[in-house]
Amino acid sequence: MSPIRLIARLDIKGPNLIKGVHLEGLRVVGDPREFARRYYEAGVDELIYMDVVASLYGRNSLHEIVRRTAHDVFVPLTVGGGLRSVDDVKEILRAGADKVAINTAAVARPELITDVSHRFGSQAMVLSIEAKQVAVSKWEAYTDNGRERTGLDVLEWVRRGVELGAGEVLVTSVDREGTRRGFDLDLIRRVSQAVSVPVIASGGMGSIEDLVAAVHEGCADAVAMADVLHYQRMSLGEIRQAALAAGLPVRKIEP
Amino acid sequence: MSSKVTLMDYGMCNLLSVARAFEHCGADVEMTEDPGVAVRAEKLVVPGVGAFRDSIDEVEKRGFGDAIRRFVDAGRPLLGICVGMQMLFETSEEFGDHPGLGVFAGRVAAIPRVNTDGVLQRVPHIGWNHLMAPETGRSWRGSILDGFEGTHPAFYFVHSYSAVPADPAVRLADVFYGGHRICAAVQRENVMATQFHPERSGELGLSLVRQFISL
Repeated sequence: MSPIRLIARLDIKGPNLIKGVHLEGLRVVGDPREFARRYYEAGVDELIYMDVVASLYGRNSLHEIVRRTAHDVFVPLTVGGGLRSVDDVKEILRAGADKVAINTAAVARPELITDVSHRFGSQAMVLSIEAKQVAVSKWEAYTDNGRERTGLDVLEWVRRGVELGAGEVLVTSVDREGTRRGFDLDLIRRVSQAVSVPVIASGGMGSIEDLVAAVHEGCADAVAMADVLHYQRMSLGEIRQAALAAGLPVRKIEP
Repeated sequence: MSSKVTLMDYGMCNLLSVARAFEHCGADVEMTEDPGVAVRAEKLVVPGVGAFRDSIDEVEKRGFGDAIRRFVDAGRPLLGICVGMQMLFETSEEFGDHPGLGVFAGRVAAIPRVNTDGVLQRVPHIGWNHLMAPETGRSWRGSILDGFEGTHPAFYFVHSYSAVPADPAVRLADVFYGGHRICAAVQRENVMATQFHPERSGELGLSLVRQFISL
């Protein structure tokens, strides 16, 4: 097994790092670049920047923040929110992003997934899915931060998205997001089983036990964390050490 | 010794992150779309990301193929990164057999879809992985990994294909993925290449960048 990636997810609104519950009730946390820099220094494996109001306005406004982050942060950066075309993707990659996470525009025009993966490689095309549970072991995909229904079954959509060329999947449980009640393990496991590309679990991380469960029971390849890091409930160093102690394969910073 | 480093620009999108890492490490970075400039460089970096075929097509179309071969013959330091490493080999099986630059003998093959226990595994290989010495036991002393001997430094990988050198002696480092040994770095004299991304591998990656600048 390859080391499990510990990813810091930064939801951004305007110039601010924000945090909500169920992707709503957003509160300002601070300056995203400062937090990104701090996480980089603490040994984060990757960063995700999500422009949470971009889809509402139809554009991603993170270029400047991405450009400034890329100046002194040397780990992979995924950027999502409001990216609608190959040109949008090109612009944000040129600003310093390594990958893009696409949800709304991919639902509206699934061939965008193929266009992006052909142009920039499937490794740059992360399919972002916001999942809300609708029945036992059944989830519906949402867009616009869990506001808009799509009518798409998450498991069918994720299979299709990977067939179309997505090289990675970011699955966010809207039900668990911001609650620190643990990941939706059934969701993560079924998505992981549905596809052969790496899956990033997002939404609900509150403890080391949640992280271990996401990997052992959810079969996640990477875990995105927000609340626990932003509010300094745990440090990345503590999380990495505890994960190693629990037998989880994470990168050892001291080789 | 000069800190001047030339980055080959053949239309790839991660050029800026590579440039930024080299600048951060004190290099005087020059980006060029001109094969004539590349062939005269003091040190040349061939970055890469994405698909082999699209990359090699762009490289050949822009006249960089000959420039790289002539640069290598001149014996000055060259660093290939990811697809920039893969292109240095003779052929790639990505999208059918496709010829590469032939600087190293060998081919580029798909990462096995199943692990050594026969279980389906994730491809692409995305994430940090710990390097180890190749089966030849070759030392890292005096190589681009100088200073890491006796350790297993982790670097960031993202790839679905990997190089299989015909000559085991050029293998510098391997990683295990799903129990399979995968070539992570090669070096033959002043020609070196990494499957991983030093520009995206935090402080350890930057130390490798500094090592190249100081050659």
